Amino acid sequence: MNRLAYIGIVVAAVFILTAIFAPLIATHDVTAINTAMRYAAPSAEHWFGTDAIGRDVFSRVVYGARISLEVGIVVVVVSSILGVFIGAIAGFYGSWTDKFLSGYVFNVFLAFPGLLLAIALVAFLGAGLGKLILALCIIGWVGYARVMRGQVLKIREYDFVQAARALGASDFRILFTHIMPNAIQPLIVQASLGMAGAVLSEASLSFLGLGIPPPAPSWGTMLEEGRGIDILYNAPHVLFFPAIAIALTVLSFNFIGDGLREYLDPKQRKR
Amino acid sequence: MKYKVLNFLRQTALLLLVVWTVVSLVTLLIELVPGDPATAILGEQATPEQIQGFNKTHGLDKPPFFFSYNSEKGFVWNGADNRYLDYWKGVLTGDLGNSFRTNRPVLGMILARYPSTIELAIAAMIIAVGIAVPLGVLAGTNKNSLIDNFSSFIALLGISLPTFVIGPFLVYLFAVKLEWFAPTGSANPEDIILPAVTLGAALSAIITRMVRSSVIEELGEDYVRTARAKGLSEKTVIYKHVLKNGLIPVVTILGLQLGVLLAGAIITEKIFNWQGLGLLLLDEGIGKRDYRLVQGCVLVIAVTYILANSLTDLVYRRLDPRIRLS
Repeated sequence: MNRLAYIGIVVAAVFILTAIFAPLIATHDVTAINTAMRYAAPSAEHWFGTDAIGRDVFSRVVYGARISLEVGIVVVVVSSILGVFIGAIAGFYGSWTDKFLSGYVFNVFLAFPGLLLAIALVAFLGAGLGKLILALCIIGWVGYARVMRGQVLKIREYDFVQAARALGASDFRILFTHIMPNAIQPLIVQASLGMAGAVLSEASLSFLGLGIPPPAPSWGTMLEEGRGIDILYNAPHVLFFPAIAIALTVLSFNFIGDGLREYLDPKQRKR
Repeated sequence: MKYKVLNFLRQTALLLLVVWTVVSLVTLLIELVPGDPATAILGEQATPEQIQGFNKTHGLDKPPFFFSYNSEKGFVWNGADNRYLDYWKGVLTGDLGNSFRTNRPVLGMILARYPSTIELAIAAMIIAVGIAVPLGVLAGTNKNSLIDNFSSFIALLGISLPTFVIGPFLVYLFAVKLEWFAPTGSANPEDIILPAVTLGAALSAIITRMVRSSVIEELGEDYVRTARAKGLSEKTVIYKHVLKNGLIPVVTILGLQLGVLLAGAIITEKIFNWQGLGLLLLDEGIGKRDYRLVQGCVLVIAVTYILANSLTDLVYRRLDPRIRLS
């Protein structure tokens, strides 16, 4: 893998560990209000300063990792299971099933700009963690389905699959014990890029006020709270730290995804 | 010829099918509202008469679809007098209904804001191309040099940094620190620069990478050697021969990205308080629970996105004979 992918792995590991051990790392209660300390600059007491109502920005960024990780993992797991299942059916059964799924259903989901669909769903369903995750899964599964379909179309023609079929293996067995293990590599790449996408989409929706409602410390909500022009003049730290957290996290998963893709694709691998 | 016509018909049928599905999904979105829209708009204190009047005004007293499911009666056929068909009739006659809040026609509200969003998207595209083409050519002609690495780094940042990170950073740098531009609004002509750069950053990064790899690929072609052997200057070779072929994929990505820009403009408009369609959707639509307006905005953005993508596909087919013939 390339050097950037290793950097990505290190940053992603820091992000995941921060999310897991957030209660141990955070220095303050994330919801504790202290109006006497509004917009305090970074100091030994508050490493990243404080926000509009005196909450500790460092602790909120740390807990924000937890929200991002939670959303990212659930969205990747649910949408990958759904996408893999639908993609496998499309690729394996071919014919009209494939024409309907890949020719029509996939195109409909790809025709809708992902963020717009998520915005529309959340706008009508209402804000909240569960609804946000549901919206992101609805827009996320099609990526996995396309990858899986392509893999199944290729692998189902291999001799070992034909041999399994000749031995009388059921469709289910052929799909899940013979094809799946050989189709998993590009799905891992997709999952890594999907993680970056989910973190970004969660932050985008929270930034627009359609994600996780305050006072939960979502990075997107923190950015939204810190982007006022007065705040940028007087307390830019309120905006900068969550912005850096989002950028680093998204970059790390993109680096990992790109690195894995390059590593798993012999044509792109530098020898 | 027969293949061409069949292919065109197939593409058109798919386009119509996709548009039909998108419109249908948008039409039915209103059914997702917890409770009912009338209570959401009028509040818990609204009298049954007020709710009834509201529902009648906006056609919400009709059944949502051709059939409905009832736990007691099972599937019930509602006939053609339903909200789904009404919305479709409206869409086909250019009527997207009236705003739940202001009772003004939704289409009029959208058309008043649409030009601002298009203006922003086009400005973003111009800035993106203006930065990316020279940068991509420089990187491609100086492969593996410092310039190449620098442009790759800039491109990577542009792709990875989300709009809502780039935007506030640009405001901080150019409006707060340097005071070159106003932080928000669109009062002066130059106010478009920061939002356009924010919106175009990712596109610029994508095009830079694309132009770079195109230039590298084209530089290895026989016609470039011939052009050089004829004694043409390197500048003529690059800008007259290499770029002409190398820009074909860029045209495609521009078309595909027009739709992405229109959708992405929602966040940029919010950051810069740019009075476009995105801000209308967020502030007037979602913010005030004006579901009819949300439906209209989502529909217009989605259909623009689909049409932009389809048009690009057509243009690309005309530009590149290999695709036309395959």
